[in-house]
Amino acid sequence: MSDKEKLVLIGNGMAGVRTLEELLAVTSDKYEITVFGAEPYGNYNRILLSPVLAGEKTVDDIMLNSVQWYADNNITLHTGKKVVEVNRARREVIAEDGTTERYDRLLLATGSNPFIIPVPGSKLPGVVSFRDIYDVNAMLEASRTRKKAVVIGGGLLGLEAANGLLKQGMEVTVVHLLDTLMERQLDKPAAALLKISLEQRGLKFSMEAQTDSILGEERVRGVRFKDGSEVEADLVVMAVGIRPNIELAKKIGLHCERGIMVNDTMQTFDPRVYAVGECVQHRGDTYGLVAPLFEQAKVCANHLAGYGFALYKGSVTSTKLKVTGIDLFSAGEFLGGEGYEDIVYKDPGHGVYKKLVLKDNQIRGAVMYGETVDSSWYFQLLRDGTDVSELRDSLLFGQHHLGDSGHGGQNVAAKMADDAEVCGCNGVVKGNIVQAITSKGLFTLEEVRAHTKASASCGSCTGLVEQIIAATLGGDYSAAPKEKPLCACTEHTHDDVRKTIRGQHLTSIRAVMDFMEWRSTDGCHKCRPALNYYLISTWPDEVQDDYQSRFINERVHANIQKDGTYSVIPRMWGGLTTPDELRAIANVADKFKIPTVKVTGGQRIDLLGVKKDDLPKVWADLNAAGMVSGHAYGKSLRTVKTCVGSEWCRFGTQDSTGLGVKIEKMTWGSWTPHKFKVAVSGCPRNCAEATIKDFGVVCVDSGYELHVGGNGGVKVRATDLLCKVETEEEAMEYCAAFMQIYREEAHYLERTAPWIERVGLSYVKSRVVDDELGRKALQQRFLDSQQHAQVDPWAERAEKHVDAHEFVPIKQVG
Amino acid sequence: MTANTAVNEMDNEWLEVGRLEDIPRLGSRLVRTSKGDVAVFRTAGDEVFALNDRCPHKGGPLSQGIVFDHKVACPLHNWCIELQTGCAIAPDEGYTGTYPVNVENGVVFLKLED
Ligand code: SRM
Ligand SMILES: Cc1cc2nc3c(=O)[nH]c(=O)nc-3n(C[C@H](O)[C@H](O)[C@H](O)COP(=O)(O)OP(=O)(O)OC[C@H]3O[C@@H](n4cnc5c(N)ncnc54)[C@H](O)[C@@H]3O)c2cc1C
Ligand code: SF4
Ligand code: FES
Repeated sequence: MSDKEKLVLIGNGMAGVRTLEELLAVTSDKYEITVFGAEPYGNYNRILLSPVLAGEKTVDDIMLNSVQWYADNNITLHTGKKVVEVNRARREVIAEDGTTERYDRLLLATGSNPFIIPVPGSKLPGVVSFRDIYDVNAMLEASRTRKKAVVIGGGLLGLEAANGLLKQGMEVTVVHLLDTLMERQLDKPAAALLKISLEQRGLKFSMEAQTDSILGEERVRGVRFKDGSEVEADLVVMAVGIRPNIELAKKIGLHCERGIMVNDTMQTFDPRVYAVGECVQHRGDTYGLVAPLFEQAKVCANHLAGYGFALYKGSVTSTKLKVTGIDLFSAGEFLGGEGYEDIVYKDPGHGVYKKLVLKDNQIRGAVMYGETVDSSWYFQLLRDGTDVSELRDSLLFGQHHLGDSGHGGQNVAAKMADDAEVCGCNGVVKGNIVQAITSKGLFTLEEVRAHTKASASCGSCTGLVEQIIAATLGGDYSAAPKEKPLCACTEHTHDDVRKTIRGQHLTSIRAVMDFMEWRSTDGCHKCRPALNYYLISTWPDEVQDDYQSRFINERVHANIQKDGTYSVIPRMWGGLTTPDELRAIANVADKFKIPTVKVTGGQRIDLLGVKKDDLPKVWADLNAAGMVSGHAYGKSLRTVKTCVGSEWCRFGTQDSTGLGVKIEKMTWGSWTPHKFKVAVSGCPRNCAEATIKDFGVVCVDSGYELHVGGNGGVKVRATDLLCKVETEEEAMEYCAAFMQIYREEAHYLERTAPWIERVGLSYVKSRVVDDELGRKALQQRFLDSQQHAQVDPWAERAEKHVDAHEFVPIKQVG
Repeated sequence: MTANTAVNEMDNEWLEVGRLEDIPRLGSRLVRTSKGDVAVFRTAGDEVFALNDRCPHKGGPLSQGIVFDHKVACPLHNWCIELQTGCAIAPDEGYTGTYPVNVENGVVFLKLED
């Protein structure tokens, strides 16, 4: 036999198997794995039992891991075998039929049991719960021969069951103890709207009704309430809640309260035993939705694999109801209360209700009914704790600047034709995405990106892809954990990495990877450029720039083209040029037979189609005429666009051209998290388009308006006004300080626009405007690091032959 | 038979390319041949591999990509290609030609047909 450790999983459900998948993704040969499942199937998507009941999907459609999957991954699967005993001293698991397996590590994922109200008659044939395929089959069978159904419980599960039975042609009455449906997710106005539209579909309700007993002798025939009234029923569905299934755990002596107690590594009180899923209790909470369970699965796998650094810190959850045609969303502290503020939009005529609950300028909860397109955006803002004070006025109208990507105030995804294009960059149509989600069992945006390439390039279609995922999965899965790791090589986030580099004074990529326990030996094309940037921006005078961790454009200081040639854009300070410079450009184009010369959108000239071997020679000629690299290829300062300004223009209020040149001389050569563009306009007519730049100056009679966070690219965003200053010196000081805080705090590949939306304008103002000493310190750090950065990379390569190996083949044969 | 005698016996097939240290670690150099460009890669552990310098996706020059572990990320659209096999890493699908390489006393040799 093999010398691998043995891992046994009890509970072949969504959380347990997800843990195995996460584990296999990081290490496939550490364990010999055995799985016990009480149900007679592979692993299926329990969430989708609702659409199965409604006749919108079949049982085959909802299988996540077929029996073959277990075989392919060398996992021994015991289906239909309930585990009844675990001998922790001998480390043995024993099933009902006597099957025994030894373990080195044990994983409990026993899920929950539906709660059955202990009233007389609750065990009669015809009384079912709604938890597994067996229950759904029982309901489907009853619906074929019988007419009247009563669903006890007006929560999420009860309503989904009621809707399904209605669709199967039954007459359905929902019995609810309280006067509000889904009271754990909805406030009264939203619940009232929901009730109206369910009634319009034909559901009946019996509110504030307490069940006294279930009537019947051989089989159920009705339900009696405490007030003495009765209702007829051939089928009764109990959907009043779930209880973590801790029967086995308790029996074998693991510490349990409501659920099996686990710590932040998903370990129980017995260090060899882990637990995940609905059966666990973590920091006082139990969960009944898959998103948090999947987070637990990831953390647990990390520890089973022996990496030992991931931590589960609890989850914020959100809910959607899977009743086709009803859009409903709820998250967080949706009821509000003292110290909270509500922003409410109501249009009962159109069946629309939206409420956001705010505290300390952050969204704490949300309820939406009738229009939920923006729910994932609100949920993101909620989980990130984003400061929304600047967005407040338009918050309820949603993220409408996403117009190009499918947010037009309705759920476009569901209505799209299969051959409609979703991702313009990679030519992916809706049908490709739906196909990949269903055939490959995908859940998350990341997975869809990897398999289809949709939203993997410019990202403008991300909102639409998320909608398609939601529509295809039945609106049942709400996004990934809040803190995204930097890439697949690590569990750590951008912020963790930055903090550690500073706190531990790490000065090389190797040191970061070793200290933070990177999973891969060399990192990858995503994390290495990020680490390199974080290192050089944190320790500019100590760190050796690692060229092998830079994208080709930054390595050879030109832009690679589709045919493997390069483009060259020399700097034109503030958009100014001279006859001599133009002559030199013309000569270079002739001499090196450069096929295309183009004026760029950034006020300078692009030489396109230069052969790589010619680059140093082209640069030498441009250098000789006084020109330097324009960094058109870098995550760095790009252009400073200017207009003519007071020197010539009849409207100009200040010397915008001159200020632009000064700013460019100060900022060129700096490396930034993403590219950084500046513009200076001479008056509010704004001919230099300063209000869509990362830093924009609009000159006015009394001084200079400073604008930040603009973007003219994929997602257009106009700048926010940072402040107004009186002199050029101040404009320069604020510019340097703003660039420096962006350099020090934004994530790699995050432009100023999304960065400001994440941290909030008021934060940036507090650091750059309100805090004078802080601003001056930022400016000083910027200027210090510029001393190391302002070296023309072209001159170094043209004259000093730096990196000569980049430009010539190692060998030429034939 | 040692690798050394292998080189001698197949003298006219193994082509001397240059010294190992002429290729940056986690980097690549180009060999220009009559049959097209060949990218020669050096890993962190000083292993050397050679691939046809054309990405199976849209022909991107793999020699210009970022190298990590035994993979290179194409500079045009970030497909990752395995250095040993020339295969694209799933879920992408595709293949580019590989060439045998040999390193002897710090000198890299390449065989153009296999
Ligand atoms: C050359 C130029 C087009 C032109 O012929 O005018 C250009 C060319 C490219 N742009 Fe651009 N952009 C050019 C001005 C712009 C502008 C206009 C401007 O700067 O005023 C914008 C919108 C303004 C903005 O950035 O906010 C622009 C928004 C983008 C974006 C989207 C950025 C975003 O945050 O949404 C990308 C993609 C990226 O950076 O990830 C991009 C990426 C690119 C790349 C680098 C694509 C790539 O990764 O290879 C193109 C390189 C072509 C090449 O090899 O030269 N380019 N690009 C312009 C160079 C200006 C310069 O002198 O340096
Ligand atoms: C109808 C329905 C709709 C839902 N809709 C949503 C939704 O829209 N969104 C959402 O996020 N969540 C939804 N959920 C909840 C979600 O399905 C659960 O949170 C999730 O499946 C729990 O996963 P788990 O692995 O903890 O438990 P389960 O998936 O229940 O897996 C536990 C497994 O362990 C087995 N088991 C138990 N004890 C033993 C034993 N002693 N030996 C062997 N096997 C054992 C059980 O038979 C079961 O198969 C829904 C649930 C239902 C029932
Ligand atoms: S230059 Fe810019 S807009 Fe034009 S094709 Fe390239 S990336 Fe797209
Ligand atoms: S050409 Fe290589 S990824 Fe597209």
